[in-house]
Amino acid sequence: MDTVLEVKGITKKFPGVLANDHVDFNLRKGEIHALLGENGAGKSTLMNIIYGLTSPDDGEILINGKATHFHSPKDAIACGIGMVHQHFMLVPVFTVAENIMLGSEKLRNGVLDIVQVNKDLKELSTQYGLEIDPTSLVHDLPVGIQQRVEIIKALYRKAEILILDEPTAVLTPQEVEDLFIIIRKLVDQGISVIFITHKLKEVLSIADRITVMRGGKVIATDDPKQTNEQALASQMVGRTVILKVDKTPAKPGDVVLSVKDLHVQDDRKIETVRGVSFEVRKGEILGIAGVQGNGQTELAEAMTGLRHAISGEIRIQDQNVFNHPPRDLVEKGMGHIPEDRQKHGFVMQYPISDNLVLCSYYVSPFCRRGVLQNSAIGTNAENLIKRFDIRTPSPYVPTSKLSGGNQQKVIVARELSRNIKFLVANQPTRGLDVGSIEYIHHEIVQMRDEGIGVVLISAELDEIMALSDRIAVMYHGEIVAILPADKVTREELGLMMAGSLKPEVSTI
Amino acid sequence: MDKENLKPQEPTPPEPINDSKFINIYLVPILAVVTALILGAFIIWWVGGNPLLAYKGLLQGAFGSVRALSETTVWASPYIFAGLAVAVGFKGGLFNIGGEGQLAFGAVAASWAGYALPGIFHAQIPPILHILLSVGIGMLAGAIWGGIPGYLKAKTGAHEVINTIMMNYIALNLTSFLLNGPMKDPSPSNVIARTPLIAESARIPAIFPNYRFHWGFILALALAFGVWWLLWKTRLGFEIRTTGLNPDAAKYAGIDVAKTIVIAMSLSGALAGLAGAIEVTALNYRHELGFSSGYGFDAIAIALLGKNHPLGVVLASLLFAAMRNGATKMQFLTQIPVDIISIIQALILLFVSADAIVRYIYRIRTPQERVVYTRGWGK
Ligand SMILES: Nc1ncnc2c1ncn2[C@@H]1O[C@H](COP(=O)(O)OP(=O)(O)OP(=O)(O)O)[C@@H](O)[C@H]1O
Ligand SMILES: [Mg+2]
Repeated sequence: MDTVLEVKGITKKFPGVLANDHVDFNLRKGEIHALLGENGAGKSTLMNIIYGLTSPDDGEILINGKATHFHSPKDAIACGIGMVHQHFMLVPVFTVAENIMLGSEKLRNGVLDIVQVNKDLKELSTQYGLEIDPTSLVHDLPVGIQQRVEIIKALYRKAEILILDEPTAVLTPQEVEDLFIIIRKLVDQGISVIFITHKLKEVLSIADRITVMRGGKVIATDDPKQTNEQALASQMVGRTVILKVDKTPAKPGDVVLSVKDLHVQDDRKIETVRGVSFEVRKGEILGIAGVQGNGQTELAEAMTGLRHAISGEIRIQDQNVFNHPPRDLVEKGMGHIPEDRQKHGFVMQYPISDNLVLCSYYVSPFCRRGVLQNSAIGTNAENLIKRFDIRTPSPYVPTSKLSGGNQQKVIVARELSRNIKFLVANQPTRGLDVGSIEYIHHEIVQMRDEGIGVVLISAELDEIMALSDRIAVMYHGEIVAILPADKVTREELGLMMAGSLKPEVSTI
Repeated sequence: MDKENLKPQEPTPPEPINDSKFINIYLVPILAVVTALILGAFIIWWVGGNPLLAYKGLLQGAFGSVRALSETTVWASPYIFAGLAVAVGFKGGLFNIGGEGQLAFGAVAASWAGYALPGIFHAQIPPILHILLSVGIGMLAGAIWGGIPGYLKAKTGAHEVINTIMMNYIALNLTSFLLNGPMKDPSPSNVIARTPLIAESARIPAIFPNYRFHWGFILALALAFGVWWLLWKTRLGFEIRTTGLNPDAAKYAGIDVAKTIVIAMSLSGALAGLAGAIEVTALNYRHELGFSSGYGFDAIAIALLGKNHPLGVVLASLLFAAMRNGATKMQFLTQIPVDIISIIQALILLFVSADAIVRYIYRIRTPQERVVYTRGWGK
C-alpha cells in the first residue's frame, strides 16, 4: 500500500512542555489510522502541525513522498488534507451549502453560484452516502449532522486525507454508528483517515492500525487484531489500568436532593422537561440515562440554577430552592460539573489557579475583606494539580493552553475538592483518557461512600452502568423508569432509552 | 494563619490575563505609533513641510521646557481618568462610548457644588470638605450617567453602545442649556456659556506658582494603580473580569451578572465624571461649554492603545497629551496646521484596531489563539 502521508522527527516545544518529541507517523492510502494517547500526549498538536495550524520546531512532512512546508491550513488543504475539529467551525445562521462554500466561494458573473454548489453537494452526498439537505440552516441541525457538514466541507475541498479529532465525544451511540458507516465508505473510495479518540472499543472496531502516544512520543503502532483494550490502556498510561469500577453496595441515607414534577423549557420555548420527579439520597449515585437531546441538558441546568424552570419543586434537604440562583445552591452544598465546559465551566483566558477557585473565590482563605489572597489561591492550585494529575507546566498558564482532557480535569478537580453535599455531574469524563476516567470514577465512588449524593448524567451507557446505584431512564422529557442498577441489562436500558420498551418494574 | 504568610512566598503569579511579557502585549501598539508617525512624516512632506523640523517642534513643545512638561501633564490627567473609565468598562465586557457625556456631567455637577453649596448651607464649608464634596458629587453624576445604560443593559439587554451615545446627546444638550440658562455666570460682563467661579474653598490649590501642573495628575497616576489593584487583586475586580470574559461562566460561578454590569458601568462613569470634576476643581475653577471637547472620545482611542491596562492607559495618555501639547509649537515652527496631529492619532487608532495590518508590515506572527479551537470538543 502507498504511504500518502509521512511525518518524520516532528518536534514541537511550548513554553515548559515538549508537546511532540521526534514523532514519526505514517498514513497509508485507504486506511483508518487511530491515534490514541492520554490527555496532553500531543495528539492534537501533531494534527495541528499536519494541518498547517502550528509550525513544528523540527522535522519534516512528506505528502505522497514529497517534502512539504505548510504556512497555513490553506497550504494543507491544497495538498488534499482536511480536518474536522471537535469544535465545529460552522456559521450557525448560514445554510449547509453556504457553510460549505465559505472560503472557497464559486462565482458566476460575480454572483455566488449557489445552484452549482447545491448540485456538487448532491453528487458528493450520493458518492459517499452522506445524506444532507444543502438548504437547511446549520443551527437547526443536531450535532451528528453538523459534523457531517464538516466532513462534506473537507471532501468538497478535495480532501484525500481526513483528520478527525475526537469526533465521537459528543455523539450519541446511534450517531457514532452512522459516522462509522460513513468513514468506512470514505475509505473504500480511497480516502485515508486519521481518527483520534479515547474510546478503546471504537478503536478496536474501526481502526486498521493504532498508534499510541505518550508524553509527546510515539510508544507503539499496533494491529487491532493483535491487541485488546487492556493492553492499549496500559500502553497509553504506562501502567495497568483497571477498566472496571469496583464498588461496594450503596448505603443510602437521608434524601439530599428531591425534584418534583419539574417542567422546563429550552431556548426555543419548547418544553423539554415534562414533569420529572426523583430523589437522591446521601451516599448513592443516581444515573440518568438517555439519548442526548431528551431533556437532560435542561434538567441539569434547572437543577443547578442556570436555567429558569417553569414549575415544579426542587429541594435541598428540606429547603425549597426552586429557581434559586447558583450562588445560593453552591452555598447549600451543590457541586456541578457542567456539560458544556467551555461555556460554563471556566474562563479560558484565566490561569488555571483562578479557574480552580471559580466558585469559591469570594470566601476565606481565597478572599479576605474583599481582597483576593493569591498565595492561598496558588497553594490550592498546586495541591489540586498534583492530586488530579493535571498536566501543565505551571498553575499560572492560561487554561486555554491546556489539552482538552486536562481542561476537563480542572473542572472536576474544582468541584470534587469543594465541601459539597451533592454533586450534579453532567458528562464528567467526556474527552478524558482511560487513566483519568479510572481516577475520576474512583473519586466519585469515594465521594458517594463519604455520604454525598450524586446525580450522574451521561451519554455513555458504560459509565452509567459502571457507577450508578439506581438508574433513571429519560425519554422525551420524562423519566420513564427508575430501576436498581443490578436489575437491568444494557440491552433493556438501550430499548427504554429508545422509547420502545415500557418497563413493568416502575419507579422504585 | 498569619504564619502562612511569613513562609517564603511562591514566585508571584504573572499578570493573570496575559501570560506574555510586557513587550509582547505592547509590541503592536508601539509599532502602530511608529508606523503612524512615519506615515505622518510623509503627509507633512507632501503638504510642503519639513517632517524633521515638525517632529522636533512637537518634541520641544511637549517636553522642551519645564512649562512644556507641566502643560503635557495638564493634558494628560483628564486623558488618564477617562481612559481608565473606558478600560474598566472594557474589562467588564462593556463598551462605554459615553465618556464625553459623563465627563461633562461630572464637570457641571462639580462646579455647581463648588459655587452653590455655600449659599445653600448659608455657611462657609471647610476647604478639604468642600473639595471632597465637589469632586464626589461630580463622580456621582458621572456614575449615574454611566449606570443608567448599565442598568438598561442588565435588565433589558439594550446595547450599551447605543445607549451611551444617546446619553451623550442628552448630557451635552442639557449642559448647554444649563450653562446658557440657570447655571450661567451672572456677572454683567459675561457673554460666555459658563458657570460662575467656584468658591475658594472648593479649589484644589496649585502646587507650583506660575505652573498649571496640578494635583489631578498625581491623583490620576495613583488612581491608575488603584484601578489595577481593584481589577486584579480584589473580589469585585474578579467578578468584573469574569463577567467581561465569559458571562455564562460568571453565572455558573454564582456571580450576579446583572449587578456586576451595573457596577462596572457606574464605576466607569464615575471615573469619567472624575475627569470632569478635576478639571473644574484643580484647573479651571469653573465649567465652560466646550472645554472638554473630545476627551471622552480620545479616551476610547487611549484605552485601545493601552490595551485596557492601567499602565498602558497612562502611557497612551502621555503620548496623546504630548502630541496635543506639542502641536502648537510645531505649527509655530513649521506652519504645519495642528490638525496633522488628529490625522496621526487617527492613524494610530486605525493601526491598533486593525492590528493585522501592523502584523503584516512587520511580519509578526499572530498569537496562536486559533489553535485553541482544535483541542478538545465543544458543543
Ligand atoms: N498553544 C499552546 N501553548 C502552550 N502549551 C500548549 C499549547 N497547545 C498545547 N499545549 C500543551 O501541549 C501538550 C499537548 O497538548 P495536546 O492538545 O496536543 O494534547 P492531546 O493529546 O490532544 O490531549 P487531549 O486528549 O486532552 O485532547 C499539553 O501539555 C498542552 O498543555
Ligand atoms: Mg486533543
